[in-house]
Amino acid sequence: MHYSRPNSVAEAVNLLGGNTGNAFILAGGSDLLVRMKGGFVEPSLIVDIKAIAELRQIRATDKGFWIGAAVTCAELGESEMLRAAWPGVVEAANLIGSKQVQGRCTIAGNLCNASPAADSVPALVAAGARVHIVGPNGSRVTAVEDVPLSPGKTSLAPGEMVAAIELDERPAHASDAYIRFIPRTEMDIAVASAGINLTLDADGTIKTARVALGAVAPTVLRVDEAAEALVGTKLETAALERLAETCSAAARPIDDKRGTIAYRKSVVGVLAKRTAELAYKRARANS
Amino acid sequence: MNGIAVSTAINGDDIEFLCRPEETLLTVLRDRLGLMGAKEGCGTGDCGACSVRVDGRLVCSCLVLGAEVQGQVVETIEGMASGDSLHPLQEKFLEHAALQCGICTPGFLMAAKDLLERNPDPSEEEIRFGLAGNLCRCTGYDKIVRAVQDAAQVMRGDAA
Ligand SMILES: Cc1cc2nc3c(=O)[nH]c(=O)nc-3n(C[C@H](O)[C@H](O)[C@H](O)COP(=O)(O)OP(=O)(O)OC[C@H]3O[C@@H](n4cnc5c(N)ncnc54)[C@H](O)[C@@H]3O)c2cc1C
Ligand code: FES
Ligand code: FES
Repeated sequence: MHYSRPNSVAEAVNLLGGNTGNAFILAGGSDLLVRMKGGFVEPSLIVDIKAIAELRQIRATDKGFWIGAAVTCAELGESEMLRAAWPGVVEAANLIGSKQVQGRCTIAGNLCNASPAADSVPALVAAGARVHIVGPNGSRVTAVEDVPLSPGKTSLAPGEMVAAIELDERPAHASDAYIRFIPRTEMDIAVASAGINLTLDADGTIKTARVALGAVAPTVLRVDEAAEALVGTKLETAALERLAETCSAAARPIDDKRGTIAYRKSVVGVLAKRTAELAYKRARANS
Repeated sequence: MNGIAVSTAINGDDIEFLCRPEETLLTVLRDRLGLMGAKEGCGTGDCGACSVRVDGRLVCSCLVLGAEVQGQVVETIEGMASGDSLHPLQEKFLEHAALQCGICTPGFLMAAKDLLERNPDPSEEEIRFGLAGNLCRCTGYDKIVRAVQDAAQVMRGDAA
């Protein structure tokens, strides 16, 4: 195995493209190193992206926010700017692992690892986040939900890497939230989760909504029927019930030691209601 | 050996070492540099026994490659006491009997130090959340939490 630590995106892309074996990007390493040690992957080349200055930045752009692929989740949590604009995305990123894991892990790594239970991914999908991908044929931009294909598989072509994740700026009367259910309060993998982003009128009527669920299908699920159930309402009981029903119906979970199919379908509806209430409360407070 | 040449600063000393690309920082610290304080409990980021700081961030050294610390500042448990005088956290761990077998202790001390440097007056809940990445199979955690609370008071300069 070779280890490389390029200083620019162009150099990283060259290294990935020039490698005929099994090349892996190393961001925080909190998934990759665990998989290497377990013998599940045998990289021939590791491209550590943490020395690439532009990938270490969080910056405000004319459209919103640019989060470099090597920004740690601890750094996201320390960004006042992001916490104010996208509290749901930040709370999701800050749920990953322990303080120790937070000091290394990234949302781009969380996305590219393609676990169905990845915590930041439903929040990013609800937020309508865009992924900047660079590769041998230049760069492209895609929606977060288009990256994971199945557990452990992404739509990135060989030689491609994520350079950044971009979020819109935050209008007034809008906010987001993310809630997961785990059997303990820290350090566990989601049994089910929900990310919701809402934009309201000045009087509190929901204008737009995005709803995404985690850990209840092979990939993150964007549930448009659930979002439609919220639009035009002020999140009255009927709208919340409809939200829960559509989320439970859309869920396609598996049975495993963390929960049965029936349990996960039920819990994800309850979580969606709680998440919507939190996002709504935040949106009302954001005038 | 031909390996990757890494220069770093560990507990204030400039250090250079050679390591293989797949070697973790934990292996480098223990097997190459003789710094045996950080322990391997799980090797997968779950137990925190290997906790150190890299560039001011608490990390599991079992999930960091040795090569990754090129040009970075590393802090380990060996740098915690100054000479013969123990850090308040170390003193309070002893006073409260916050350890039995001691395997988890260096990791808890590093995590607690990081916590108190960021938040000098944490609530009990904040301490428990802050230390959730560290497992102890002996003490039942309560004594550890008390020791950290007590040390926090000393470090703030309040009457102990
Ligand atoms: C103790 C522990 C607890 C955890 N708890 C949680 C949890 O609660 N919730 C959760 O969702 N996850 C959890 N995880 C998993 C992991 O921490 C997260 O998925 C994390 O976000 C991965 O980010 P990373 O930067 O460390 O990724 P890495 O390990 O560096 O990379 C992960 C994968 O993505 C690829 N990759 C990384 N960056 C890029 C890029 N820019 N472009 C293309 N490919 C890339 C890598 O090649 C690798 O295959 C936990 C892990 C540990 C060890
Ligand atoms: S040995 Fe590193 S976390 Fe357990
Ligand atoms: S004292 Fe034995 S594991 Fe903590």
